Amino acid sequence: MPQIAFREALNQAMVEEMERDDRIFLMGEEVGHYNGAYKVSKGMLEKFGERRVIDTPIAEGGFAGVGIGAAMVGLRPIIEFMTWNFSLVAADQLINNAAKIRQMSGGQFTLPVVFRGPGGSAHMLAAQHSQSTEALWTHIPGLKVVMPANPYDAKGLLKSAIRDDNPVVFIEGEITYGDMGEVPEAEYLIPIGVGDIKRAGTDITIIAWSKMVRVALQTAELLAAEGIQAEVVDPRTLRPLDEELIIASVKKTGRALILEEGWPFNGVGAEIAYRIGRRCFDDLDAPVERLTGSDIPMPYNHHLEELCIPNPPRAVAAAKKLLYLD
Amino acid sequence: MSAIEREVMEPREKTRSIEKAQLLEYYRQMLSIRRMEEALAKAYSMRKFGGFLHLYIGQESVAVGSIAALRPDDYVLATYREHAHAYAKGMPAKAIIAELFGKRTGASKGLGGSMHLFDATRNFLGGYGIVGGHIPLAAGTAFASKYRNDGRVTLCYFGDGSVAQGAFHEALSLAALWKLPVVFICENNLYSMGTPLHRSMSVLDVSQKALGYGIARDRFEGEDVIKVRDRVGEAIRRARNECLPTLIEIITYRYRGHSMSDAGLYRTKDEVDEWKKRDPVTIGRELCEKALVDEKEILAIEEGVKHEIEEAVAFADSSGELTYEELEQFTYKE
Repeated sequence: MPQIAFREALNQAMVEEMERDDRIFLMGEEVGHYNGAYKVSKGMLEKFGERRVIDTPIAEGGFAGVGIGAAMVGLRPIIEFMTWNFSLVAADQLINNAAKIRQMSGGQFTLPVVFRGPGGSAHMLAAQHSQSTEALWTHIPGLKVVMPANPYDAKGLLKSAIRDDNPVVFIEGEITYGDMGEVPEAEYLIPIGVGDIKRAGTDITIIAWSKMVRVALQTAELLAAEGIQAEVVDPRTLRPLDEELIIASVKKTGRALILEEGWPFNGVGAEIAYRIGRRCFDDLDAPVERLTGSDIPMPYNHHLEELCIPNPPRAVAAAKKLLYLD
Repeated sequence: MSAIEREVMEPREKTRSIEKAQLLEYYRQMLSIRRMEEALAKAYSMRKFGGFLHLYIGQESVAVGSIAALRPDDYVLATYREHAHAYAKGMPAKAIIAELFGKRTGASKGLGGSMHLFDATRNFLGGYGIVGGHIPLAAGTAFASKYRNDGRVTLCYFGDGSVAQGAFHEALSLAALWKLPVVFICENNLYSMGTPLHRSMSVLDVSQKALGYGIARDRFEGEDVIKVRDRVGEAIRRARNECLPTLIEIITYRYRGHSMSDAGLYRTKDEVDEWKKRDPVTIGRELCEKALVDEKEILAIEEGVKHEIEEAVAFADSSGELTYEELEQFTYKE
């Protein structure tokens, strides 16, 4: 199976879907002539032309709205945010229009639109460029939220997102674009709402998504060296959430650690912890533990930034606390 | 009469009869909208429904005249003051009234209410409650028309209050840059809620915003339904034939408050009375009379409107509501 980069997997997903369906177009800042700020759309302008790969001015609220309007009347837009940090000026479009038009119209309209781009911190970008926005978007009924961890998941899930008839928030890890992984040449889809066991284990469940899966797997390696078998569960989609996969794993291990890059207060992990607490109350051998980003705007300084993001040593410490080994 | 005379006369007669029929139809629509909203205000004061109720009374010629210049498959988007636009686009009064009453027979099955009327079959793409937030969507539907080359035009209505929002400017900027077939109609009723223009705008001429984006503009008073139809019609032709956007400012006036809870203390009774002298529905009737429409036909229309609204209210009254169990299916498409 060929090894390709995360960004190439996303590119393949968009190219394959656009070749299949003329209603799909890609719109965003620098997606065309510049070949993408992170080169995800490299070569797509040359392949599809300016009708279907559309450079926009810096007006996220405006072009997010254009995507929603176009979706209302039957097109299937892919709207790229250069980063999810910039989506915040388009929050009204996503929350008040994309998520609500179907319901407000009594089901008369479908909104097949994908909003995608990189999220999370990416080394010394400071507070405004280092945000994990998934807790904001998962809060909103009417949106789906997808956060793939590797190239294989990225391609299969983006193709499903493009084919979905609902607005999908698709958040890519900014520092995962160069990650390599096996991606089959034959077409495949990964259904939205289905999680994945990234590593099997029996002693503790580590729940993580997007680039935190890498931290979880490194943590599992460190724990394995001490004879502890961690199971890494990647929900892949946060809304809808594959609750059954998480619950089954925690029922087996009796211990749950949730890794989240974003802030703790009302984080996605808080919701997952609640669901585990409700359904695994009698199975738990320790309270559910969360390791999150620090509860402050991201500092610029390299050492301070590192201390604000979950990493394997701190995750190992949290796991040992759950196992009463500290 | 010679053959040549007949040839000259008959088309003229035909034109005149078409004009008469159109005038009568515009008058009928404006009167229906007026009576519908009066019935809604009455029902609201009887507490048949709640929420916000923003009435359009006094502005009817704007929605009716401009939508009269459209093709049936063209797109329309409007604000939370959109009962008239929905009706003019073809939505029946009973679907509108039932929606406001929160009934399952309403346009949006009682899930949207006064501010969120939608009719996918007539390409009425909604009433929106966030000021200015729908204007980028109109650029999007126009983008889709250009993408598919379907020849459709989008009309997008908003109030003078929207002009202060970034969404208005972003939408105009994109529509101008990409040459989209859309007509932006600012219904300037002189107040954004309770704030008069001079306290919310540094330049009182809204149409001047078009200059900064290099698009066509127009600006006029909107009490005459024919004038509105013809002036907006020019912009619609520009959109359809040349694929170019236009910003139109139509000066108009709402007689009622911003919503039902507005006592209107920010303007005088004299000012409101002065505007009522140029009432669009009254002018609509006068246009029919001047065109020598038979008085009996006008009376028949008025009688028909009365029945239409009475029946629509009765229909809404007798309709049922969705159950909680039915709700789930509307949030996501399976």
